[in-house]
Amino acid sequence: MEVTWLYIMAFMFIMYAILDGFDFGAGMIHLFLAKNEKESMLIKRSIGPFWDGNEVWLVASGGLLFMAFPKLYASFFSGFYLPLMMVLWLIMGRGISLELRNQLDNQIWKALWDKIFGISSLLLALIFGTAFGNVLRGVNLGGVENGVSLYEPHFFFAPLWTDFAHSENPGVIDWFSLFVGVIAVLVLIVHGGNWVLLKIESPFKKRVRKFTFIIALIVLMLMVISFFIVPTVRPTIYDNFSNSKLLLLIPFVSVVALILSAIFQKMERELAAFLSSSLFIAGMFISAVVSIYPAVLPSTNNVNPDLTIFNTSTSSYGLNIGLTWWIVGILLISGYTFMVHWMYRGKIADDANIYKQYH
Amino acid sequence: MEDAILYDRLQFAFTITFHYLFPQLTMGLSLLIVILKSVSIVKKSPLHNLAARFWIKIFAINFVMGVVTGIPMEFQFGTNWAKFSELTGSIVGQTLAMEGTFSFFLESAFIGIMLFGEKKMSPKIHLLSCVLVFVGSWLSGFFILATHAWMQHPVGHVMGENGEFMLTSFSALFTNPWLFWEYLHTMIAAVVTASFVMAGIGAFYMLSGTSQEFGKLFLKVGVIAGFVSSSLVAFPTGDQQAKNVAEMQPSTLAAMEGLFETQEGAGIVLIGQPNMKQKRIDNPIHIPYILSLITYKRFDAEVKGMNEYPSDELPSNVPLLYYSFHIMVGLGTLFILLMFVALVQLYRKKLYHQRRLLWILMAAVPFPYIATTAGWMTAELGRQPWLVYGLMRTVDGASPSVSAGNTLFTLMGFVGLYFLLGTLFLFLVARIVKKGPEDEIATKYDE
Repeated sequence: MEVTWLYIMAFMFIMYAILDGFDFGAGMIHLFLAKNEKESMLIKRSIGPFWDGNEVWLVASGGLLFMAFPKLYASFFSGFYLPLMMVLWLIMGRGISLELRNQLDNQIWKALWDKIFGISSLLLALIFGTAFGNVLRGVNLGGVENGVSLYEPHFFFAPLWTDFAHSENPGVIDWFSLFVGVIAVLVLIVHGGNWVLLKIESPFKKRVRKFTFIIALIVLMLMVISFFIVPTVRPTIYDNFSNSKLLLLIPFVSVVALILSAIFQKMERELAAFLSSSLFIAGMFISAVVSIYPAVLPSTNNVNPDLTIFNTSTSSYGLNIGLTWWIVGILLISGYTFMVHWMYRGKIADDANIYKQYH
Repeated sequence: MEDAILYDRLQFAFTITFHYLFPQLTMGLSLLIVILKSVSIVKKSPLHNLAARFWIKIFAINFVMGVVTGIPMEFQFGTNWAKFSELTGSIVGQTLAMEGTFSFFLESAFIGIMLFGEKKMSPKIHLLSCVLVFVGSWLSGFFILATHAWMQHPVGHVMGENGEFMLTSFSALFTNPWLFWEYLHTMIAAVVTASFVMAGIGAFYMLSGTSQEFGKLFLKVGVIAGFVSSSLVAFPTGDQQAKNVAEMQPSTLAAMEGLFETQEGAGIVLIGQPNMKQKRIDNPIHIPYILSLITYKRFDAEVKGMNEYPSDELPSNVPLLYYSFHIMVGLGTLFILLMFVALVQLYRKKLYHQRRLLWILMAAVPFPYIATTAGWMTAELGRQPWLVYGLMRTVDGASPSVSAGNTLFTLMGFVGLYFLLGTLFLFLVARIVKKGPEDEIATKYDE
């Protein structure tokens, strides 16, 4: 049952990464490429009807994590207190910037909210990526100092940074997590670019396409480098893969998906390109989960054990009942998601209509 | 550690209080919008439809505020109350996860159609999406209150060896005797808020001599809904809620009422200041026998006072609890009176021209917000010193690894950010009100 719930949680977080990922990416494309009002509105309208629904996946995933693995939820959320608070403030700033921008017809007002929208998208991608790096690397569970735990073995508090290369008491930001964070930013730029290209019809697409392609090449390069870098912080990272070679298909497929995404984009097959970058995100996420399994939050010290799905889960009664209603819930959610995307299907042309409300 | 608990509590109290300013209007207004929209379809009345469109605009801004201030609430269970989350996740996690799964997705999917789908969809589909948004928001309230009811009156679990609560009966969470009346009381109070806002804006239009047709309509709907809901909030829901407190949290009742000593034929204090040193109410105005009567249906029934309970099991801030409760009840009573007078004048067709009454209705808008806030403070302060009533203390629930300094820092951050949010909210709503519902006629819906 714990394993089933790990699948469910992975599914929820992957859906979140793919869905909110494309609107973070669109925000970054906006930050780097939108030069005038028309381009700005095109990008906004491409995510307009979707972004708030996408954020619900985060709230729902958080709730499910709370229910299925309460110990992990408690440990993770209190341990990453500072970055999560920043996430909250950024999510607020980003949400408001989208809603407020068109309330006043003033260039400076609009430019201000546009910048907040773009920068908060970038920072959110960076923080989520950095947090992902922290999970891969592990944290100082129990808050061990000189061999003594400060807290119960499953609690910790991650300082924002220590000395950037400290192996026992690492900060949220160190050279490795920052590396992962930068990859996340670039991946979401590619993914968001694919989304924007899929949803708009305008000469502006030329620049987006070129930019997305270059970033995709950089991501590919960094991915290859990362296969050598990750083992330096986590020597056991390939153990699960070498024990069962079939699993190697997952990272392999996802790297292929990344390459395909760039190729499809060259061929102007936009839906295929977007689906490929989605598959890439899913594949990398699953690879990471597999590589640390059964841990979900590894420990960097030898005093306290890793948090695993088995030592953090709730009772089997709770997991069973949760599964029952989750199945009903996910069918409804799929229905709503499909409905919204169907209603707003098709491309947005850059005619006069884009200046109207962007939903 | 003491400081850390204080800041954790302050931060939660501040963020939840600010947050709840928005959902209460969302929940109440969604019902009134459904009513306006239904009338417009049944009576084929364009006026009602434009009115619904106007309120949907205000609803939208309010909804966004509710969402962005709501996300920190879910996060804070883990960030600031990690020990509580760890031990109660089996139960609290169920209801919170169900809220996300069953109501947030529903709301977010249909609010888009409600806001921007009117031209594309038939009026009936548009009404349906309004109804579904209403259902979503009331469902969300249900799951949150099921969570809260469990904290007030824990049911359906056994204790594990490490002090963790393990769910044994899923259905018990939703048949919790605390839940039924609390749910109705809270939801109907949300309708009170929305009715006062609607009547208040109607009064504003009547007084300023603009949008007269809409002003009359808003007053009519607001006053009728306001009278019905204000009455229901007091009786039976508030009354039954108080009986639940008397039965399941008797020490809370004593503190709420400011009853220091056990009494037969206990009276009720209308006004007066609790004096914790002398253990008495200063300057009281009080009506004898009433507390015994409303609690136990007998004039001479014995009501237990605070002296019966050990001090470490009494609410930790009795005066604040006492004031919160009295402010809620006092305002609630005034609401019924005000709406009754307005209803009589409406029936006599004089309401629209009585400037003094219109002024009062307009100025009354903030008070339901004060009353609901006071009500929640009564519930939360009344449960102290417990986080899970009788079983887990508040001091044992906070995150062990988060220091006081970190929480103070984020608390200040929230105060600053919410000040900005509140200002922007008022600015945006004021702009919509100033433009008036006629603005909707000019809006072309030809996407």
